[in-house]
Amino acid sequence: MDNNLNWDKFEKEIANNHYYYARSCIRQNFFPGAEEIFINILRNNLKKDIYDDPKHTTCTGIGYHSSIIPLETTMTVIARQFSLMNEAGYQNFVCSCVTSFGLYLEVLSTWHHFPETLEKTKKYLKEATGRTFELPKNLVHASDIIYKFRNELASMIKYKLINFKTQEPLNVVEHVGCHYAKIFPESGIGGAEYPRVLSGIIETWGGRVIDYPERRHCCGFGFRQYLVKSNRGYSYSHSLKKLESMKPYKVDLIITNCPGCNYFLDRWQYVAAVNENKLFGRDNKAIPVLTFEELTAILLGYNPWKVGLQMHQIPVEPLLDKLGISYSKEEKYFKTKAPKIPTILNY
Amino acid sequence: MSFDYLKKNDRVIYYDNNDRALYYYLKRVEPSISLCIACGACTATCSAGNFSSLDFHKIMLSIRRGEKVYIAKEITQCVMCGKCMLVCPKNVNTRGIILQIISFLQSYKI
Amino acid sequence: MNTDVLIIGGGIAGLEAASIINKLGHKIILIEKEKQLGGHVALWDKLFPDFKKADYVIEQIQANIDNNITIYLSTQVVTITKLNKTFICKLNNSNTIESKTILITTGYDIFDARLKEEYGYGIFPNVITSVELETLFKNNKPILTSHGRTPDRVGFIHCVGSRDRKINNIYCSKVCCVTAVKQAIELKQKLPFVEAYCFYMDLRMYGLNFEEIYNESQEKYGVTFIRGRLSETSETHDGKLIIKVEDTLLGRPLRMTMDLLILMVGMIRSEGTKFLISELNLDTNSSNFINPTDEHLLPNNTNVKGVFVAGTATSPKSISDTIADARSAAFFIHQYLLNN
Repeated sequence: MDNNLNWDKFEKEIANNHYYYARSCIRQNFFPGAEEIFINILRNNLKKDIYDDPKHTTCTGIGYHSSIIPLETTMTVIARQFSLMNEAGYQNFVCSCVTSFGLYLEVLSTWHHFPETLEKTKKYLKEATGRTFELPKNLVHASDIIYKFRNELASMIKYKLINFKTQEPLNVVEHVGCHYAKIFPESGIGGAEYPRVLSGIIETWGGRVIDYPERRHCCGFGFRQYLVKSNRGYSYSHSLKKLESMKPYKVDLIITNCPGCNYFLDRWQYVAAVNENKLFGRDNKAIPVLTFEELTAILLGYNPWKVGLQMHQIPVEPLLDKLGISYSKEEKYFKTKAPKIPTILNY
Repeated sequence: MSFDYLKKNDRVIYYDNNDRALYYYLKRVEPSISLCIACGACTATCSAGNFSSLDFHKIMLSIRRGEKVYIAKEITQCVMCGKCMLVCPKNVNTRGIILQIISFLQSYKI
Repeated sequence: MNTDVLIIGGGIAGLEAASIINKLGHKIILIEKEKQLGGHVALWDKLFPDFKKADYVIEQIQANIDNNITIYLSTQVVTITKLNKTFICKLNNSNTIESKTILITTGYDIFDARLKEEYGYGIFPNVITSVELETLFKNNKPILTSHGRTPDRVGFIHCVGSRDRKINNIYCSKVCCVTAVKQAIELKQKLPFVEAYCFYMDLRMYGLNFEEIYNESQEKYGVTFIRGRLSETSETHDGKLIIKVEDTLLGRPLRMTMDLLILMVGMIRSEGTKFLISELNLDTNSSNFINPTDEHLLPNNTNVKGVFVAGTATSPKSISDTIADARSAAFFIHQYLLNN
């Protein structure tokens, strides 16, 4: 299905070890378990060295894409990130967020084609913080690392992406963030038309990738669109278009690598269910939306509630039941008060 | 709870769902309609087009796509001057087609 | 072996040039890399604009080939060296030919539609090329979707592999538009109830009787022409295709279900031409085909004295163009041989 004539021979360079991790603003706030579990997977399961720096900041992607932070500021902040990476003794940069990834690539490309901007950035950083920086040798997104080690992880996972009662592969929709490959196709595994990064992982772990007509349609996140409430309907309409297109395929699970896409596909299903009584998944239920780190974690056997799956607005219990993962209903909200779940999603 | 998000309406032409009955009717009563290539000469010379939104080549295309609502809204602005027929390079009977459209829409109360 | 002219390529250009140069009294050796002569024309069923059989054209051209022309099949050139005014050509059948002139008629290759992955060729089984459709016509096979049913709706996509900077082919392949009209008519003749659509950017109906068959396709056969370039093809869950196209004349996006999609693939420089360009150090034009010395007055000369070219090795051409070009090359070669 995903046969890419030219991309088969193209290997994206992904470093093997010693990563410097740059966290995501959104993912940390909405699905905080995801990043912690990624670090745990890399350290405990894959035995890699990954550095979690408390001194690093946002990449200013949200501000830059909403035109409230000028490009020079963004470049200087990014330069500081690289400087912190050098200070910690690392050369391989790993971004958690796809927008960050796109922004870092954009800035690196600008510095490459317009060397005067690099000189200016060096000057600004020196004046603002007294720091100097070197460019990273390797810059990848966190999902690239999971893709790289998908075969090793395949031998470690306790559950495959199959319905453990019927042994049928699960129908999985993969949604790759726009900034991953659409801007710089050669920096994404598999190019821009059929990015391989998530579909490769799903297929290696036994799932069935669903190719539906609106597969490459943007989820509608796009910063400018949703930041103002009066525009949010526009973003909502985009995600709805995707979800309606997925409906005939009886989807069990959506996987994303971008925190914004994950948040939207999750939340807009909630809005569609409550406002319009619409459900898009198999057996007339909503489709659980997981980040790739969360999926890896639950397949490896981590406790779903410690991973943070209760933070998703679409209930994940049907998926856990299909996978055969046991979970405790009482532990779901630990000691906090459980939120009120609308009847349509209370199954 | 209400979220007050106004869903935007799609502007896509969903060809599969459109009803092209008007097109088949016109093909029968005015076969020259098949020759139109939407070159726009008719629209360029149209008298009504100077002061209204009447765009005859868009109407010809909409007939083929089955966009009845658009046609019904716009076609009544035609003043029947016949200039479009004089300039058409394919000899399409444009004025005749307009009369047939109006008659069809009236009899089916669209 | 010695000869006056070595013709590399046994398609209609090489054959037509051979028959004329021979009649003008010169010695010819013609080599062809396949097992049979006729080039791409041998694959076609009926030709535009009058729907005559392609085999008829090849028969007529071959009938003029006299017996004294030496023809080697399954033969290719391995090396060429120029020594004063002679070309020393080593062939893969261990022969070495010393020739006064070379005529390059290595033709074209067909664009590999898998490079346009968004169109779905090689990914969805109901996307085929115009060449595959022509083969179905020629062998009188039924036109069926991958489910074995007659299609209700067929779409022809123009400009696949041509006029496209993403694949580095900025030129127009000239004949695909009129071929699409021709194939749409043939399809409607075979399957009168099928809906046929052509998705074009510009319609190039440049030649004699082309506009006439375009009119006929609309008036008599009801083919619908939609101006808009296909952006992507997707598959529905029951195996049909959904295409996303902009109806540029209406200014709105259009989505349509199709049973079968035909990609009008263009011409690209052939591997044989590529080899000869590097072996002989020939100039190329912006489309990477061989550059003739002057496109109006000297369309068959190249920058290397004694090396001539005819047919689609310089640019996409129709069959009428190619035959005329081959005859013109014969004349220039004849002149050159008389003066040297």
